[in-house]
Amino acid sequence: MEEIAPPETLLEKLAEQLKNLISQRAIDQPLMVGIHTGGVWVAKALHQKLALEEPLYTLDISFYRDDFSRIGMNPQVRPSQLPAQIDDRHIILVDDVLHTGRTIRAAMNEIFDYGRPASITLVCLIERSGRELPIQADVAGLHLHLEENQHIKLTGPAPLEFVLA
Amino acid sequence: MVNKASRPTDPLIGHDAWNIQLDENGRLKHFLTVEGLSTELLVSILDTAESFANINAQSVKKVPLLRGKTIANLFFEASTRTRNTFELAAKRLSADVLNVNINASATSKGETLMDTLQNLQAMQCDMFVVRHNASGAAHYIANRVAPGISVINAGDGSHAHPTQAMLDMFTIRRNKGADFGRLRVAIIGDVLHSRVARSQIHALNILNTGNVRVIAPKTLVPAGIEDMGVELFHDMEAGLRDADVVIALRLQKERMQGALLPSEQEYYRMYGLTRERLRLAKPEAIVLHPGPINRGVEIESCVADGPQSVILEQVTNGISIRMAVMSMALGRDPGTVQSEKP
Repeated sequence: MEEIAPPETLLEKLAEQLKNLISQRAIDQPLMVGIHTGGVWVAKALHQKLALEEPLYTLDISFYRDDFSRIGMNPQVRPSQLPAQIDDRHIILVDDVLHTGRTIRAAMNEIFDYGRPASITLVCLIERSGRELPIQADVAGLHLHLEENQHIKLTGPAPLEFVLA
Repeated sequence: MVNKASRPTDPLIGHDAWNIQLDENGRLKHFLTVEGLSTELLVSILDTAESFANINAQSVKKVPLLRGKTIANLFFEASTRTRNTFELAAKRLSADVLNVNINASATSKGETLMDTLQNLQAMQCDMFVVRHNASGAAHYIANRVAPGISVINAGDGSHAHPTQAMLDMFTIRRNKGADFGRLRVAIIGDVLHSRVARSQIHALNILNTGNVRVIAPKTLVPAGIEDMGVELFHDMEAGLRDADVVIALRLQKERMQGALLPSEQEYYRMYGLTRERLRLAKPEAIVLHPGPINRGVEIESCVADGPQSVILEQVTNGISIRMAVMSMALGRDPGTVQSEKP
């Protein structure tokens, strides 16, 4: 098992990479959107480090999951907070761990219910193996190979820690 | 307080009315009556509705949860609010909705209820939302539909109107907090004919409400109502005193057979919820009414439109509650929910 750097270290690295990418792609006034719950923690830290002007937005993808009929409702879904107008805006979508890609698929579906963004950039603290959909991170703090039965989870909000199971 | 309301005793419907609602895992399959359901289940309906209330406040009021499901609205009795909010709830969950116009359908040509249902089943509907003027109609249907189909009771005779009761509980909880134990709730009026009152009384008791009162003339309360766990008042002034929540019921003229009341004016004089009388309740008390309102019969206009009225909030909350119940029944709800993301 490779050594995993603590979340704080990865966040520093992630913020640096994201800053470069934003200037490289000449993204103007991006909207940062964190996916509940871990993604919001990561997004909060990045939002602060990058000193973004626009407020931080959040998404709860529970209502967009593709396994709803198999596992049922989560009774406590937090509201999604997206601006009413997202047409032609650049979105930076943030999650903690990119695994199968299904969460990101659901998040993008929800975003497109609100409008047609100019672009979506995907930022993940950890990009692990096990993709089931053609989705990849534009920026990741760490690329990690894990077996199918291994799971990594971010716990928080303070302190942020990785739990490997 | 003894939770009398959770005892399944309704002679009208029989002893299994409460338990066919749950599947083998204890999750909501049909929603026919509040009676006999657990506190946990009612709370989870309210929590789920809270999630949907957020959606209903968003600029995009639609989620794809029930995409591909077909819901048939079967209203054998007039309704505007309930039918419209059921329809909106289904549409906001992305389900397809079939509004069966009973008056213009084959039922008026003599087709039996079961034939109508079997035809809808053959059209592969997933859920029936049923309103009928016969008590027990939704239960009758739930016992006879194909195994995969869910039935929601949208009001049956004078028996039950569970989604109305739950939207009232939701409205109370949003205004007064989750601790029902410290609440005094007064229900005023025609309890005899009111399926809403019956369901409300059950729900309030299951949620362990501190004090549930019924205020009504002797002719408009069913015998033995105290056994349902309520305190009965025939005097409006005494019953309203220090109430936190005041629920006015509609005087159901269409269900009255025989001379139960001298006149509407007389009723208003004795049991009308006037601004004057409302002062007896706590100053921050809220006023509910299931609608439609008979202004000047059971409630004074300035109370219905006044600052303590949450009557229109009830309508809004009805959408969230109906979304919650529909998605729980068709998605088989919490319990086995994993918090982990896919």
